[in-house]
Amino acid sequence: MMDGRDSVRFRTFTRRTAILSAGTLGLFGLLTGRMFQLSVLERERFATMAEDNRINLQLLAPRRGRIYDRFGVELARTAQNFRLLLTPERTPDPKAALARVASLIDLPASRINRVLREVARSKPFNPVLVAEGLTWDEFARINLHAPDLMGIAPDVGELRSYPFGPWLSHVLGYVAGPTDKDIEDDPELLSLPGFRIGRSGVEKAADRALRGKPDASHKEVNAHGRVIRELARTPGKPGEDVVLSLDMEVQKLAQERMAGHSGSVVVMDVHSGELISIVSAPGFDPNDFTTTVTPKVWRALNEDPLKPLLNKAITGMYPPGSTYKPIVALAALATGAMSPQARVFCSGATSLGRHVFHCWKRGGHGSMDMTLAMKHSCDVYFYECARRTGIEAIAAMSRKFGIGQAYGLEIPGEKKGLMPDPAWKKRARHDIWRDGDTYNVGIGQGAVLTTPLQLCVMTARLANGGKAVVPHLIKSYDGAPYVRPSVEDIGLDPGHVAIVHEGMDAVTNQGGTAARSRLDVEGFDMAGKTGTAQVRRLTAALRGRDPSTIPYHLRDHALFIAFAPVVQPRYAIAVVVEHGGGGSRIAAPIAKDVMTLVAQRDPSHKKLFVPPSRSAEAVPNPEGKPNGA
Amino acid sequence: MALDGTIASAARELRLAGKLRTLNWSIVLLVTLIASIGFALLYSVAGGSLEPWAGRQITRFGAGLVLLLVVALIHVRTWYRLAYPLYGCSLLLLVATEFAGRMGKGAERWIDIGPLQLQPSELMKLALILALARFLHGVLLDDVSRPSRLLPALLLIVAPAGLVLMQPNLGTATILIAGGCGLIFLAGLSWKIIVPVIAIGLAIIPVGWEFALKDYQKQRVQTFLDPDSDPLGAGYNITQSKIALGSGGLFGKGFGQGTQSRLNFLPEKQTDFIFTVLGEEFGLVGLMVLMSLYLALLAQGVRIGLQARSQFGRLVAMGVCVNFLLYILINTSMSMGLIPVVGIPLPLVSYGGTALMTVLVGFGLMLSVQVHRNVEIPRGA
Repeated sequence: MMDGRDSVRFRTFTRRTAILSAGTLGLFGLLTGRMFQLSVLERERFATMAEDNRINLQLLAPRRGRIYDRFGVELARTAQNFRLLLTPERTPDPKAALARVASLIDLPASRINRVLREVARSKPFNPVLVAEGLTWDEFARINLHAPDLMGIAPDVGELRSYPFGPWLSHVLGYVAGPTDKDIEDDPELLSLPGFRIGRSGVEKAADRALRGKPDASHKEVNAHGRVIRELARTPGKPGEDVVLSLDMEVQKLAQERMAGHSGSVVVMDVHSGELISIVSAPGFDPNDFTTTVTPKVWRALNEDPLKPLLNKAITGMYPPGSTYKPIVALAALATGAMSPQARVFCSGATSLGRHVFHCWKRGGHGSMDMTLAMKHSCDVYFYECARRTGIEAIAAMSRKFGIGQAYGLEIPGEKKGLMPDPAWKKRARHDIWRDGDTYNVGIGQGAVLTTPLQLCVMTARLANGGKAVVPHLIKSYDGAPYVRPSVEDIGLDPGHVAIVHEGMDAVTNQGGTAARSRLDVEGFDMAGKTGTAQVRRLTAALRGRDPSTIPYHLRDHALFIAFAPVVQPRYAIAVVVEHGGGGSRIAAPIAKDVMTLVAQRDPSHKKLFVPPSRSAEAVPNPEGKPNGA
Repeated sequence: MALDGTIASAARELRLAGKLRTLNWSIVLLVTLIASIGFALLYSVAGGSLEPWAGRQITRFGAGLVLLLVVALIHVRTWYRLAYPLYGCSLLLLVATEFAGRMGKGAERWIDIGPLQLQPSELMKLALILALARFLHGVLLDDVSRPSRLLPALLLIVAPAGLVLMQPNLGTATILIAGGCGLIFLAGLSWKIIVPVIAIGLAIIPVGWEFALKDYQKQRVQTFLDPDSDPLGAGYNITQSKIALGSGGLFGKGFGQGTQSRLNFLPEKQTDFIFTVLGEEFGLVGLMVLMSLYLALLAQGVRIGLQARSQFGRLVAMGVCVNFLLYILINTSMSMGLIPVVGIPLPLVSYGGTALMTVLVGFGLMLSVQVHRNVEIPRGA
C-alpha cells in the first residue's frame, strides 16, 4: 500500500540503515580488537599491576645477632627501645603533631626539624622515627595521649646496648642509622624505621651476619590501604650470634691497667692467632653512638688529646725500639753475620764517620754476646749486628714476621706500618741508604713503624718457632666455627730460635731489663723484651733524664713484648704506652699483670662457649595462612 | 475473500492475545539475558550479596519489563499522536530543572515531582526520538535537506541538547545530538550537506575546546590523552580500569574474584565501570558474550525498522537502536581507555533505575512498532 514517494523514502532508509549497520559492525570490530589487546597482548603487564595494587609487603625487623666472648659473656645485646614513629600519610599536620609531642616529652627543636625534613623526603607510608630511648614514664605519657596524636604511634623497637661500654669500644664498634647510600644496598630492610647497621669494629665487619633476614608478610590491602588479610608470610631469620676469641676478663683487666694512659695491649694465642684481648686506651662508650650522639660528647671525644676515637691497636704506628732486637738477632744468625758467641764491646757509644751512636746506658755494657745483649738491650751490640747483617737481610726477616703488612683482621682500619729499605728510601725520600740508617733500624728506630697488633703477631711468630700465624677476632658465626687457612712456616732454624728465646728469657727471668715483671705463676713463666721508642731524635742531654721532667708529648713510648710459657709458648702479648717513658718501668708491669690473668684463665681449665642452637628460638609463624586468592 | 481476510486479521490485531503472540519475544529474551549478566556482576561487586545493588536492580527490571510490555501494546498511532506533547513536557521539565533541580553526583540533574524523582534528560532521550520521527515522517525525501524542514528538525535536537549541556551533562548531550543527527541521516539527508558539516565540525573542535568545555571536562580529556601524568588523581579511573580489564586475561579471574573491583581500586564499579568488572572476572570470553548479545539485540532492532511500513515506525525503531548503540560504544570505549571518562552507563547492565527504565521503555516503543508494523500512518496525520 506504499505510495511511490514512500517507497523512494524507504529505499533510502534501507540503504542508510545498511551503511549504519556496517559502521556499527566496524566499530564493534575495533572494540573487540581493543579487548584483545588489553586482555591478551598486555595481560602480563596488567596482571602484575593488579597484583602490585593489592599486595603490600610488610617487613618485621629481625633481631640483631648478639656478640659473645669466648666463654659466653654477652658483649653486645639488643634491649627494648621505647620509641615514637610518625607515619606521614596518617598525619595531616606533622608540625602540629610534633609540637604536641614536644609538650609531653623532651623533644629539642633541632630534632623536630630533622624529623620534618625526613617526613618530607620519605615515602608517605614509611614511618619516620621521632624519638627513641624513652623512659617508661615518657612512654606511658605518650600512650595516654595517643588518641590526640594523629599519625604518631608509640612503638617498642630494639636498641643495641654494650654492657661493657668503653672496655670494648674499638673491638665492637657501634651501630647507627644507615645513610642513603647504605639503603640502596637493601632498600626494603634498611628503610625500616630505626633500623641500624654496624658502623665500625665487629659490628661493621660482621654486619651482614648480625643483621639477619626480616619477617616478610604479604598482605592484601584495599584501595585505601586497609589490610584485608595476610596472604603469605616468609619467616625471617634473626641475626647470627657471633662469638669472639676475646676473653672479657682479660680485656677488662688490660683496660683497667691502661687507665690514664694512651696506648694498646694485644694478647693472642700464638698457635691459632686468636686474639685474647685487644685494647686501645682510652676508649669511648659505644652506647653513646647507638642513639644520636650529642654534640657535647662528640666534641669531647674529638678534642681529647689521648684520641679515644682511634683504635691504636691496629692504627697506631710506633717505632718498635728495642722490642725489634730479636728480629735483628735472627737476621744476623740466619745470614751468619753474627755467631751467638761473637762478642762486641760496648763503651756506651760507637762512631760511624763523624756521627756518634750512643748506647742507652752511659758508660756502656762492656763485652756482650747475643744473649747478654738482649738481656741488657745493649744498643752498641745491635748497631754492630745490624752493620754486619745489612739492611736487606734485616728487612727480609722483618717481613717474615709481618712488619709492613696488614693481616686482614676482621675489624676494619688495620694499618700496615713500615719496613724501610734502600728501595723505599729512594722512592719516598729520594735519597740513598746510608750505614747510619742501618744502625738506627738495628735498634728499632729510624723509619721502622709497627702497630701494637704487628708487635704481638711478631712476638707470636717468634714464640711458635716461625709459624706465620695471622690474628683473628671471630671464633664462630651462629655456632659454626670460623675455619682458618692453615698456617705457613716461615723457615727459621730452631737453634736460632732457641738462642733468641734464651735472650728474652733472660730479660724477665735472669735479672734483665724487665726482671721486676717476672711472672709468679707456677709453670707459666714469661720471656719478654722491653723497648723504649724515641718520639724524636733526642740529644744526649735528654738521655737518662727523669721522664716526668720532660713535656708529655716529647716523652718516649714505652713498649714491651712477651710470650709465655717460655717452654712450649701459648700466648704472646704486646704493650705500648704512648709517652710512657721506659718500657721496663711502665709497659712490662702491665704485661705481667695481664699475662698472670691469662695463665689463670687458660682454657685447659675452662670450657669454651658454644652458643645455643638458634632453631629453638626461631620466630613462630602466627596464624600464617597459605597463599590465598 | 481477500478483503474478509484483511478485516479478520485487523480485528485479530486489536485483540490483546493476538498482539502478544505477534510480539518479537526474542527481544524480550535478549534484554533479560543481558540484564541478568548485570545482576550477576552487581551481586559480585557487592562481595557476593544482593545488597545493595543486585536485589534492587532485579526489582526494577521486573517493573521495567512490565512497563516495556505495556508500552509495546499501546498502539503505534497513539505514540505518534503523543510524540509532540511528550516532547513539550520533557522540554518544560528540563527548563524547570535548571531552576529547581538538584545536583546528583557530578553531572546528573534530578527533579522531584511529589514522591517521584525524575531525570528529565532521560525522558528527553525517548521524547526526542518520537518527536523527530514524527516530524521526519511528514517530510518527503527531497525536502529533508531543505532549510525550511531541516532547521526545525535541528531545533528539535539543539533545544534539549543545549539545556542538558548547561546542567552540565556532556554524555547525555552527546547522545541527544548524535542520536538525533542519526535519525536525520536515516531519513535521507543529502550527502551534499553531511560531508561539509563533518568537515566544519572537525575544524571547530579547537574552538569548542577553548570556549564550550568546562574545566572539569577539559581535565577529563587531558587525563585521557595522558593518564600516566596523574596516575593517582584524575587519570586513576582510566588506569585502574585498564589494569582490571587486562589482568582478567582470556577467561577472567572467576566470579567474585576480581581483586580490582572487590578491593575498591576500581571506582564506580557498579555503574560506569561495570564493563570492566565483567572483563576482570570473566575475561575476554565474557566480554565477547556480552558484545554478541548486544549485536543480536541490535540486529533484531534493525529488522524491525526495516519491516515497519510507516516512516514513523522505522525511525522510532532505528532511533532506539542508535541510542542503544551509542550507550554501548561510549561506555565500553571509556572503560577500555579509548575515549575520556564520560558518565554514560552500560545499557541494561549498569546499576541505576532511571537509565534502565529509559532503555526498557525504548525497547517497548520498538516493540510497539513491531507489533503494529503493518499499520500505515498518513503523512499529514
